[in-house]
Amino acid sequence: MSTAKLELQNVSKAFDDKQVLRDVDLAVDHHEVVCLIGSSGSGKSTMLKCINLLVPIDSGAILLDGADIAAPGVNANQVREEMGIVFQAFNLFPHMTVLDNITLSPRKVHGVKRRVAEETARELLAGFGLSDKVDEYPDRLSGGEQQRVAVIRALATEPDLMLFDEVTSALDPELVAEVLNVIRALKDDGMTMVIATHEMGFARDVADQVCFLDEGRILEHGPPGQIFSSPSEARTQQFLQRIIDAGRL
Amino acid sequence: MEEQTPIEEVGGGPSLFGPPRAPRRREEGARAALIAFASSVLFIVVALWAILSSDAWPAVQRQFFNWSNFVEVFPDVLSGFWLDIRMFVVAEIIILILSLVIAMIRSLRGPAFFPLRALAVIFIDLIRGIPVILLILLLGFGIPALQLPGVPTGALFWGLTALIISYSAYTAEVYRAGIESVHESQRMSARSLGLTQGQALWHVIVPQAIRNVIPALLNGLVSLQKDVALVLVLGIREAVREADIYAAKTFNYTGYIAAALLFLLISVPVARFADWYTNRDRRRKQSVST
Repeated sequence: MSTAKLELQNVSKAFDDKQVLRDVDLAVDHHEVVCLIGSSGSGKSTMLKCINLLVPIDSGAILLDGADIAAPGVNANQVREEMGIVFQAFNLFPHMTVLDNITLSPRKVHGVKRRVAEETARELLAGFGLSDKVDEYPDRLSGGEQQRVAVIRALATEPDLMLFDEVTSALDPELVAEVLNVIRALKDDGMTMVIATHEMGFARDVADQVCFLDEGRILEHGPPGQIFSSPSEARTQQFLQRIIDAGRL
Repeated sequence: MEEQTPIEEVGGGPSLFGPPRAPRRREEGARAALIAFASSVLFIVVALWAILSSDAWPAVQRQFFNWSNFVEVFPDVLSGFWLDIRMFVVAEIIILILSLVIAMIRSLRGPAFFPLRALAVIFIDLIRGIPVILLILLLGFGIPALQLPGVPTGALFWGLTALIISYSAYTAEVYRAGIESVHESQRMSARSLGLTQGQALWHVIVPQAIRNVIPALLNGLVSLQKDVALVLVLGIREAVREADIYAAKTFNYTGYIAAALLFLLISVPVARFADWYTNRDRRRKQSVST
């Protein structure tokens, strides 16, 4: 029996002919922050969607608190209550205000009374400095604000595992920091997180463990100091060199 | 997330008959409007002159535009048209609801829903492949002839049912296009928040989908408003049927023109509204960054 918060064992996934995950093994301890790095198409995003059961895996096991959530007959909705996920873009529902976006799941899924759900939402928004956006529609917010609201919405159901799928990749550079700071605040609160990111500086800063993915495999993993300073795999070195050449590290 | 340049709103002018051009200055707009007006008047005068001075005009006028015939036939056509409007309203309301249900069923995912999905696809394919008029004849004459106990036998009932079935299949496809136009992340976001498929569709996908297909729905509305007249083949005395009866009696076709005028009275404003809405919607989408 595993003691890890989350554990992936031999997870494989193919879309038609394309193998996107190959025998992935990963253990995430309680309160640990794991960053997934690697080029686009390396499987980072699919891995997160598999963990959230949005994409069914072909083989292997995904253990959440020791229980296999990828097994047949598992209630996906129940599993999802325990984790939140934020995507790259189009997270918020454009036809609902910020408040309705945040309270939808508590009200419809968890049966929380509207008044209570809204109170909680307002508190969360205030905590992240977004009190004045309560009644705005998403298209009136900046990209950074939209992503922060998306994080808050995921937090509203009180998950103890958060997944982030390149949440800053679609943002203007000056808006990246405000979103990353929200994630940093979550780390300080002890949230367990798996973060797919292209922000290497952030990954080095916030991660307890960094995984380098290449063609659906975790080619190399370890503490950020080791991965970024002395990667052992040639592919990792190549990848990081390109990032450095682009001035992004 | 790129900010798109908002469309210049100033001096856009009325866009009643085509895409709006934005003249740079106000005088230019006024001048363009004057030219458009003058050339339209000229065109209409010339066209009218050409028609009215042709040799065939007296005969055409006698057959189609005879005032005394018009006065005689109009009350019957009007009362028939009132039936058309009532049929249209009842059918449209049922169609909008029924087709949404069919589209939602067709959009369900997962192997468990396969039979439902298949049923929806078969229904849509079959019905769309049959001419509306054939369906009206089939249900309107066929089912009452079976004389099944407890089953309505009214021509009006079955004529409307045929229209509803036929248009629901088309409209379901319109809704489905709308559902598929909503970004996949929206569905994933909703599911990741713990919403069931049905909840995700109802609260998140469908509201956006409907907004995306309102222009197409309005087009269907215009189309149905005219097609309700097809039930005349069952002998239902709606506007066209009344005109038909009058023409058979008198060999004068002014009744058809009267009916046509009544249909135009409704369909032209709705078509203009659909255009106006589509343009407004497009401009709004262009001026808002996502």
